[in-house]
Formats: sequence, structure tokens, C-alpha cells
Amino acid sequence: MIRNLFAAALFAALAAGLLTAAIQHFRVTPLILHAETFEGEGGHSHAEGTAEHSHDDAAATTEAEPEEWAPQDGFERTAYTTLATVLAAAGFALVIGAVSMFANIPITFANGLLWGAAGFIAFSLAPAYGLAPELPGMPAAEVFPRQLWWAGTALATGGALLLLAKTRASWAIALAVALIVIPHIIGAPVAPDEPSAVPAHLATEFAAVTLGTSAVFWALLGAIFGRLNDLFAARSATTPLGATA
Amino acid sequence: MNTTTNTNTAVSSGLSSLSLSQRLVAGALALLLGLTLLVGTGFAGDYRLHNGAHDTRHAMGFPCH
Repeated sequence: MIRNLFAAALFAALAAGLLTAAIQHFRVTPLILHAETFEGEGGHSHAEGTAEHSHDDAAATTEAEPEEWAPQDGFERTAYTTLATVLAAAGFALVIGAVSMFANIPITFANGLLWGAAGFIAFSLAPAYGLAPELPGMPAAEVFPRQLWWAGTALATGGALLLLAKTRASWAIALAVALIVIPHIIGAPVAPDEPSAVPAHLATEFAAVTLGTSAVFWALLGAIFGRLNDLFAARSATTPLGATA
Repeated sequence: MNTTTNTNTAVSSGLSSLSLSQRLVAGALALLLGLTLLVGTGFAGDYRLHNGAHDTRHAMGFPCH
């Protein structure tokens, strides 16, 4: 049974991840590549500061590694992006699978889209509300505080949705609203007010496309995960007791 | 109709057939593995992980640079 849940999570992640990677390849990556042509050009008065700032980690590493590895543009880069998207999908699938087991709420085909919607709100929409999807070459605050805010917001928002799934008592609704709102009252780290060479239309298109793609990803993940859970459960229900782990 | 009913019953009996401790252990395992994958693809500072997953980080809305 436990093995089935892991298998459902990983197969769903593979399917949803590959489909999402295909959408990313055609709709998202071209915008990233386009934005990269402006990278380093941003704000002539701050060019030096921007470069140093946006490559904090890289700069530290390059001292020991003069040739910083990065996948070659083209097939290699697409392959790494696809792999990373599938692995991230597996990460998200296992996290919602864990929540399902802790909370004792099964993920089924019937409620799969609800799980997907909750995942989208917790991991895409709420973090993006404070930290808009970011293109290379755009000014941004230090990366660690942003990661901390991102993770905290996802955790608080996800916790709120889980609470609402378990109970609609008035204290729970009040707590859920607080959990959803508080990260935004605290506020995400603010990007420095620096000019960027990345055109505004590229940035707005990127924000819309990434949120749309994430919505598709989460809908696919929730629905496929639920369908597979249903299938595996139906199959193990028909096999004799003790035949599966 | 009949199939759907059967499937739904099977699913709920699937998760609830697990004891609390089984659910906690399996959940902890899934959470640990899932977070490891998310940290590796979305958060790690190592330049190889960062550069390999770069486009995914931007596409998924993880803080990147």
C-alpha cells in the first residue's frame, strides 16, 4: 500500500513533469533566453553592482573553479531543464503525498484537481504574490532572504489550506486567514530600485506564462496522482490479502 | 457507476487501512525525499545544481539569482 502511494507519486510526477517541461520549452525558456541577452546591461550606473549582486554564489565559487560549469545551450540545456522539472515535480508530488498521509486525506481522481489547486495556491500563487516570477537580468533582493520568505509563505499558505480541508470551524477559518495573510504583511524582501535592461513586456509576459504553466502543472499532477492512486488501490483490492506489501 | 463506487471504497480503505504509525513513517519518508528533491532543484547554492536547474527555477518561480 505504501509502495503504491510512492509509485503513484513518482509516475504522476514523471507524466506531469514531462508535459510541463514541454510547455516550458516552447513558452517559458524562449523568454528566459531572450532576457539573458540583456543580462549585465542593466542600469549603466549600477552595471558593476548588479553583476556582482546577481552572481553572489557564482562569484564565490569561481575563485576555485575558473571554468564554471553550465549546460551548453541547445539540447544539453533542454535536457537538464527537463530533468530538473521532473525532479521538482517528484519533490512536489512526494510533499503532497506526505501531507495526504499525515492528514489522512486520500488523493483521488475525484479530489485531484482540488489537491492541484491547493498546491498551485501554496507553491506558486502565494509566493508569486510577493516575489513576482523573475527573469534573469532583473534586479532582485539577496537570494537567501527571498528563499526563506518563499518557503515560509508556501508553508503557511499550505498549512492554512490543509486546516480548511480538515475543519470549517470558525477558529480554523480565522487561523487560516491569518496564516495566508501574515506572510504578505511581513512582506517579501524588496528588490533594489535599480534600472533593468529587460523590457517590461518581456517581464509581464513571463509572469503570466509561468503562473499559467504552473497552474497546468498542478492540475496535471493532482489529477494524474489521484487517478493512479485509484487504479493502484482498485488493483490491490482485487489481489488476495498479503500479496502486496 | 458501479466501478466508480468500488474504486472510491477501495481508495478510502487504502489509506485508512494503514495504521497511524504506518502513515507517519511513510509520510515522514515521503516528506524527507520530496524536500530533498525540492531543495536540490530549487534552492541549492551549489553552482552545478544552480546552473543545471536554472531554467526550471525561473519557470517554477523559485528565487534564483
